[in-house]
Amino acid sequence: MEFFRIKRDIPFMSYGRLTTTISLVTFVLAVVFLVIRGLNFSVEFTGGTVLEVQYAQAAELSDVRHRLDKLGMGDVAVQNLGTSRDVMIRLPNKGNRSSAQLSEQVMQYLKDGNTQVDLRKVEFIGPQVGQELVTHGLTAVILVCIGIMIYLAVRFEWRFAVAAIIANMHDVVIILGCFAFFQWEFSLTVLAGVLAVLGYSVNESVVVFDRIRENFRKPAMRGKTVAQVIDNAITSTMSRTIITHGSTEAMVLSMLIFGGAALHGFATALTIGIIFGIYSSVLVASPIVMWLGLSRENLIKPPKQKQEAVV
Amino acid sequence: MNRYPLWKYIVIVVALIVATIYTLPNFFGETPAVQISSSRQSIPVDTALMGRIEDALKANKLTPDGMYLDGSSLKVRFKDTDTQIKARDVIQQTLGDNYIIALNLLAASPTWMSQIKANPMFLGLDLRGGVHFLLQVDMKAALDKTMERYSGDIRRELKNKQVRYGTITRAGNTLVLQLRDKETLNNAADIIARQLPTLTQNSDDTSYKLTLTLKPEEITRLQSDAVKQNITTLHNRVNELGVAEPIIQQAGADRIVVQLPGVQDTAKAKDILGRTATLEVRMVEDDPAKMAEAMAGNVPVGYDLLDELTPRGPTKILVKKDVELTGDNINDAQPGFDQNGAPAVNINLDSAGASIFRQVTGENIGKRMAMILVEKGKSEVVTAPVIRSEIGGGRVEISGSMNAAEANDVALLLRAGSLAAPMQIIEERTIGPSLGKDNIDKGFHSTMWGFAAIAVFMFIYYRVFGVISALSLGCNLLFLVAILSMLQATLTLPGIAAIALTLGMAIDSNVLINERIREELRHGFPPASAIQAGYQHAWATIIDSNVTSLIAGLALLIFGSGPVRGFAVVHCLGILTSMFSSVFVSRGLVNLWYGRKRRLASISIGQIWKPQQ
Repeated sequence: MEFFRIKRDIPFMSYGRLTTTISLVTFVLAVVFLVIRGLNFSVEFTGGTVLEVQYAQAAELSDVRHRLDKLGMGDVAVQNLGTSRDVMIRLPNKGNRSSAQLSEQVMQYLKDGNTQVDLRKVEFIGPQVGQELVTHGLTAVILVCIGIMIYLAVRFEWRFAVAAIIANMHDVVIILGCFAFFQWEFSLTVLAGVLAVLGYSVNESVVVFDRIRENFRKPAMRGKTVAQVIDNAITSTMSRTIITHGSTEAMVLSMLIFGGAALHGFATALTIGIIFGIYSSVLVASPIVMWLGLSRENLIKPPKQKQEAVV
Repeated sequence: MNRYPLWKYIVIVVALIVATIYTLPNFFGETPAVQISSSRQSIPVDTALMGRIEDALKANKLTPDGMYLDGSSLKVRFKDTDTQIKARDVIQQTLGDNYIIALNLLAASPTWMSQIKANPMFLGLDLRGGVHFLLQVDMKAALDKTMERYSGDIRRELKNKQVRYGTITRAGNTLVLQLRDKETLNNAADIIARQLPTLTQNSDDTSYKLTLTLKPEEITRLQSDAVKQNITTLHNRVNELGVAEPIIQQAGADRIVVQLPGVQDTAKAKDILGRTATLEVRMVEDDPAKMAEAMAGNVPVGYDLLDELTPRGPTKILVKKDVELTGDNINDAQPGFDQNGAPAVNINLDSAGASIFRQVTGENIGKRMAMILVEKGKSEVVTAPVIRSEIGGGRVEISGSMNAAEANDVALLLRAGSLAAPMQIIEERTIGPSLGKDNIDKGFHSTMWGFAAIAVFMFIYYRVFGVISALSLGCNLLFLVAILSMLQATLTLPGIAAIALTLGMAIDSNVLINERIREELRHGFPPASAIQAGYQHAWATIIDSNVTSLIAGLALLIFGSGPVRGFAVVHCLGILTSMFSSVFVSRGLVNLWYGRKRRLASISIGQIWKPQQ
């Protein structure tokens, strides 16, 4: 079986202007959503208390809300979590009530009138912790970028490093944009997913770059333009690209289906990351490398000229 | 050309055997057990104790499934939870309060496995259920207390040396001492430099002011001491909860993580963690008549009959009800040595405490004083030394008839009477046991079905090479689980997600190799050299792509906290094992399958399509 029966190299580079424009538009849209709507940060970042409870029968959310009004906490978020029996309750950080007291009180209100309900999980995060997570997360992103750029600049060339990072950041911003647009909860696990995408998506660019470098060295490729060399590199790695990402996505889909609420955000972030990762490394990173003025000489060191005797 | 030398096969086989052995314990499940450890350093858990427990169990017709010493604790296995609970009660009655007796679940793997340290992975709270707290130590309060102590010490020293001074004012971490003239200023500076070398001095000759600041290294020492002190105090309190494997660790400069697996009652846990113990100094009554009366169950008015903690078990001691001094007046208690080099406990009192102490000791030479730890309404005598002379100056040394471990215990208990610095809970998580179980199942199912999907696809698409790829992916999983078990790393749900994701990414190396071999075949290479060239060309790409992933993984490891770190550990290890298994092991399998043939006519790697020229 062979999926890809490509007779001629596909002229990806001639679509470069179109594909990068599409990217630019999605990127700008993502930034706009991030600014306007913002991320729906989980309690780990904002601080507060989250309870997860499980009812014996399907839970009536309005009834739960009504019961919790007695707490006098104001902004109480109540929502289903995966199934209709699982309910998540989010309470803000207020007053000096400890979370143990708070969770006991909540359970007492919920159990009023013999309702069968089980406490599954309580999470309380003080306000100090959230701010740190944000700074640490950003530091991690910046460090990953710097590390990858240095590695690519040493192994390849600075143009590749710049192109790979632009393509990468584009993926990350789009994932964040999606989370902002749909107001999906952005938790620490999602952050781990986003950072994993950073490493994963650069893989894709590296495989293509590797092929470009190899092509420049091939005698058969001599005389071809830079665009043609890149086109050939992308076409010949195409089959691998689709199969690898398909396999990874199979794993991620499996997490999305079987992983339950706890892994949902993580798997979603990775799914978006994988789709845009393919797109950006093929159709964004490569055109950028070309526009940055890549030439054969950049990758192949000129042979040393022999010293001749001068009179 | 596609042959491995024998040693390479041996490496693979040995690696597989070792990995299998270390992975196996994860499949044996757990048996109920009772875990016994000592609450004090001076009371050892040894074979003698083992004998005592054995006898006690035999007397109550309970038969343990096994019993062994593990470091400083004794673990006794039982057939079912019923016997476990009965046995716990029996052991508790036999041993009394000096031991911590907790219910635990032990891996049911054979003993020889535990002997070579092949234990199952340690499950995180999100997988086994329990409580997690993050506590912040209030460093400002700790520093305030220290500065108070210094100003007291300065007052005392200057008074002793009869140097007249004006006022001592405190602003943050500095003390300002106002003196009347140049001579007293110089005198005071000399005395302080000699007695309190941890302060930096700065004297102003015109206004006769002496500014004293804590040296930065002293501040760091204080902070780390405060955290350590709080950790030991927390340990003592957690022991009371009877948690089998509590985790109490420093996290960052001023934070402490407490994880109590299996505990569901957060309110009780918090109550115990946040409790304050107090220390009281009271006089001992050694009159034999009164003692006999008290022992007969008729305690005289104005006295208490308390337990004294000694290495030989608790003994009764009669003390007066009047409290002479409390833990508030104690600044510090440290184990040390006396002039003769014998172990001792050094206590540092504040100025109020020092003057009371001088008076009390002056009036009671030859008598005994008791240091009593009051916790949860229960009083215990930590130590009851004889007063030999009047002790002034606030520096007290308790010595004689104790070894280093006992001195350590006493100092610890005295310090427990006053926490070094207050703590505040800034993060709390409770995970119910049913949720933990669900999480394990979900994580397991995701990985299993994802793996199955990939394996089936690889087989259909790449045939024999697909089978080899799937096998080496399986080896990767085996190696990863084995390494995690060997390191006793804590597995969390994000960790399981990382295992799944790492497998999904690791197949990339095999796809790269297989595609490369196909490409070489398409170019008309004979099969044997196509395999060779395929592996060779793919290697450079595999290295590059794995190194970039590893960079991301390491950054996560360094800057991640909580779930992110759990993810990163597994991710990084997975990248390393994947390089080994997808290249080295898969090549071994290919060589084994195809390398033997002298002339390789064709290989099974799926259909090779060639464009018509």
